[in-house]
Amino acid sequence: MVLWVAGVLAMYMAWAIGANDVANAMGTSVGSGAITITQAVIIAGIFEFVGAYFVGGHVTDTVRKGMLDQSLITDQQLLWGMLASLASAATLLLVATAYGIPVSTTHAIVGAIIGFGAVGVDFDAVAWDRVGLIMVSWVTSPLMGGVVAYLTFQFIRRCILDRDDPLAAAKRLGPLFFFAVTFVIGLVTFFKGLKNLNLDFDLPTALMLAAGLGLLGAAFGWLFLDRIKQSDESGNRYHDVERVFAVLVVLTACAVAFAHGSNDVANAIGPLAAVVQVVREGTAGATATVEPWMLMLGGVGIVLGLATMGYRVMETVGKNITELTPSRGFAATFASALTIVVASRAGIPVSTTHILVGSVLGVGMARGIGALDLRVVGRIFISWVATLPIAALLSVVFYFFFKGLLT
Amino acid sequence: MSLIANLFGQSPIRPMQEHMRAAVECARQILPLFEEMVAGDTAAVSVRRQEIDRLEHEADRIKNEIRSNLPKRMFLAVERRDMLEILDYQDTIADLAQDVAELADMRSMVVPKVLAEAFLDLVRRVVVACDQAERVINELDGLVETGFRGREVAKVDEMIEELSRMESDTDALEERVQRLLFGIEDELGISAIFWYKLIDYVGGMADYAERVGNRLRLLTAN
Repeated sequence: MVLWVAGVLAMYMAWAIGANDVANAMGTSVGSGAITITQAVIIAGIFEFVGAYFVGGHVTDTVRKGMLDQSLITDQQLLWGMLASLASAATLLLVATAYGIPVSTTHAIVGAIIGFGAVGVDFDAVAWDRVGLIMVSWVTSPLMGGVVAYLTFQFIRRCILDRDDPLAAAKRLGPLFFFAVTFVIGLVTFFKGLKNLNLDFDLPTALMLAAGLGLLGAAFGWLFLDRIKQSDESGNRYHDVERVFAVLVVLTACAVAFAHGSNDVANAIGPLAAVVQVVREGTAGATATVEPWMLMLGGVGIVLGLATMGYRVMETVGKNITELTPSRGFAATFASALTIVVASRAGIPVSTTHILVGSVLGVGMARGIGALDLRVVGRIFISWVATLPIAALLSVVFYFFFKGLLT
Repeated sequence: MSLIANLFGQSPIRPMQEHMRAAVECARQILPLFEEMVAGDTAAVSVRRQEIDRLEHEADRIKNEIRSNLPKRMFLAVERRDMLEILDYQDTIADLAQDVAELADMRSMVVPKVLAEAFLDLVRRVVVACDQAERVINELDGLVETGFRGREVAKVDEMIEELSRMESDTDALEERVQRLLFGIEDELGISAIFWYKLIDYVGGMADYAERVGNRLRLLTAN
């Protein structure tokens, strides 16, 4: 019974992740007209699932264990707490989505865990230094996204757009970008060890494998870009260059979807893994295993979210982001992918939404985007700050509810 | 639902170009208008005036739309104040064209033989200058694409240089018409005042075309 409740809640969380966050990965691709909405949903589905299923295990541990001092928590408390976390995060998402307020699933689950831990169990049970680190990363990760996006865009501008023959420059440098993107995808894959396939690489091996994959990507990119020919003289001379970036922005979006799937599936699966372990083995050992079926559940949930809500979300995005050109979209998405990978590697749960917003602002600071609504940035900040305490409060309520119900 | 989508506002660049197209279309109408005046076809002048009015309203509509889409909270690739200033200059071109048409229609002005050729020359040159200003504004998206730097800037600067030369030409032509007008002031009587006004309006269109260019040059300079 408990398992079923936890499973359903986890599934719902995964669904919400898929429904809400698809825009993060694919928004720039659809907005800049590189691909259609249907294509975006399909691509996102594939890469989110692959990311979640094959690489999702790494961050999962962090959310579940890193933030609470397990020696101070009984197995029963952990069980109630994780159920409460899932329930409160799910409730928060449900209400927020109904009112059109975007909330980060990562923040919701982190807030919930802090809530039940600090109030329900013991104030000292929460690893506050760890929480502090995570919160600092919520400031630093968008910042990093912004800086990388700014630099990427300036590089594109100086080395490609501001050339006599921008298309030739783009073709020459394109493989470099292909390398960078596939290298990043490779890094996240090999770094996280493909645990489900029983492969675990150390840093040098992972780097080498990623570099190999990157070279492959560059070669593929070279072949691909070679086929883009100068169209007739009419129209904007940047039209052809943007076609190169249209390819790149989609490729990068795949990387983000992949990284996002591997990163965010933990929000749904982490608590579930804990619940399952307590119920099955009666104790939460030091090493809890995230079983493949859980990742499968998370992956399927995300894809379901994409399939049911993704189209509508993408439609809104497509209608609103009309001014974004692929070169800008690429700079922002590339910076996001890189930041997410770095944060994930550090085992820090970060919000893809905030990183992408940071990256978009970075391109804006380079005066690359026609108009950015700063009020929305403010609203993001508010929802960012508010999510934590609300999730924590809800989690406390649910904690005592489950405690009463299960004892 | 999607925060990311709301982050993006509407860029004013394309509407600015649309506005310029409407404004310069007003200016272009002045040439056939004047030809109709020379031909003494008052009915055609009336119809032409209505057409110019319609275009001017269209320009106004776009102008208001741009303004309402540029609240202070928007972070723009181009300085907001500069953009609005250029918009004002563009709009003045349309306004002046409308003033010309209004005067021509209301007073059913008969073109003195001596003036006709010189005045036509002036109008032609003014329209050429306005066309050039429109071409400059059409480069705005290219400028934004490259972030107001490098080759694209050099290209636009050259176009603005050309625009300045065109405006100087109109100054000379304007003076010529004024001198001719001065010679026949006595014959024309009170109408002379309105001819001076008409010349002012037409010459003003080239002035504002040049201002559009100069203001844009300030943008690319920083």
